[in-house]
Amino acid sequence: MLNYWLYIGIFLVVAVVVPLVAVLLPVLIAPKKPSARKEEVYECGIESKGNVRIQFKSQYYIYALIFLIFDIEVIFLFPWAVALGELPIFAVVEGVIFIAILFAGLIYAMRKGALAWS
Amino acid sequence: MADLINLIENWIKNLLLGWGASAGLTGFILQALGSVLVVMVCFAIVIVLIWVERKLAGRLQDRFGPNRAGPYGIFQSFADMIKIFTKEYVTPAGAEKGLYNIAPVLAMASVLAIWAVFPFAVNVIGADIHVGVLYIVAVGAFGILAILMAGWSSNNKYALLGASRSVAMLISYEIPMVIALLVPVLLSHSMKLSVIVEAQEPWFIFVAPLAALIFSISSMAEIGKAPFDLLEAESELVAGYHTEYSGMKFGMFYVAEFLHQFTVGALITIFFLGGWTGPMAVRWPILGVIYFYGKSLFIYLVISWIRLSLPRIRIDEMLDLNWRFLIPVSFVNLVAVAIADRVMMEFTLARWIYVLVMFGMNMFILWAALAIAEKNDQAVEREEFPPRPVAVPPGVDSK
Repeated sequence: MLNYWLYIGIFLVVAVVVPLVAVLLPVLIAPKKPSARKEEVYECGIESKGNVRIQFKSQYYIYALIFLIFDIEVIFLFPWAVALGELPIFAVVEGVIFIAILFAGLIYAMRKGALAWS
Repeated sequence: MADLINLIENWIKNLLLGWGASAGLTGFILQALGSVLVVMVCFAIVIVLIWVERKLAGRLQDRFGPNRAGPYGIFQSFADMIKIFTKEYVTPAGAEKGLYNIAPVLAMASVLAIWAVFPFAVNVIGADIHVGVLYIVAVGAFGILAILMAGWSSNNKYALLGASRSVAMLISYEIPMVIALLVPVLLSHSMKLSVIVEAQEPWFIFVAPLAALIFSISSMAEIGKAPFDLLEAESELVAGYHTEYSGMKFGMFYVAEFLHQFTVGALITIFFLGGWTGPMAVRWPILGVIYFYGKSLFIYLVISWIRLSLPRIRIDEMLDLNWRFLIPVSFVNLVAVAIADRVMMEFTLARWIYVLVMFGMNMFILWAALAIAEKNDQAVEREEFPPRPVAVPPGVDSK
């Protein structure tokens, strides 16, 4: 069992090192002629104006928040799904009620217009 | 003698032990060799896939595709590789250097890391951990982080816009994807990938076709290619989050995208198409590996076909599809499958009755969902224009 996690550890190191080598190799063989013009930010050829890190539409954050709720719900559901075979019927119904409560939350968010883009 | 892969493994093991290495070191070296092999095969596949994809794109769109470098242009990918390795890195002024340089490596690593847990054949399994499904979901999410890092650190408005869209889109589509993943977990009562593969009698695509459909659609959105390529929509956002990347750093995003598409093919294969299973696969594990990669390649080509045929969807339509259709349907599907599975477990039913009931129920839910969606579909209000006057050359009857 521990062996598997060792394998994952080695695999992660390899998965990071191989792309890293690929990215670092051109540093040795590629030409390097930096100039101020070249390093300008590309916006279809127009000169860039103003600060980039501006305030954003709040809709993006609402989506992220709702995502968080459902993602955590799913983490709770995984053990439930694994153990479904051994659970008594009562526990199955309980899981269904848990899903139903969050489903009601989704309907509420939908009715409130939180999920509308516009 | 059937077991070619274990034969090689044992040969290396005995060789190392014969040289006087300890058992622990031998195990370590074997695992390192295995992981390097898997990663290298991934890269080799991508090099071939890029050519396949470009040729396929050419053929589907009525042009030739690459046909200059070598016969049928098969050396095109290698020519591109040489070009991209000798390209200069241009870092935009004002970029956040650290994040900017880490992002492409992270994008690639997050896709590669998923391959650590895949079962390739009956006895060729990466890491057969008990939380394999959770591992895949967790590691896969790093790709979104890489896109965000790339977009934010580039100091480019279009890149930042592309990255923000990834929050709205990739994150949203993660929910139906994970809920659809719960269905195979529920049917096989395990999160272990090897158990999920072996529990597929018949393939889960017949037991849970709706979950397979939802998983395919939402993981296609996760890849971020057409028709869901809003984070790099070139007519709106230049190139989205990787606008400011050049040379091999761009190459890493490009390769990661291709590999992600193939990885999605592999995931669909494992969860719904029986993984390595096939005729004679238990007796000859090498056949299992061939089946696994063959099925993955098939799914890859189907995804390519879809993406080459469909135009891009608008962002509000796409989010509506997710929040108003896929998520509710996947929840209903999950509850229905859970209850049906549990109730049918109380009776000892023949397997074919079980499969038939499940298939019928899935189809009914799909039909009902489509009917409800069609009923609630709001017609788009379009302005009516009078017919335009058309210039008619003299002497030609306008009819």
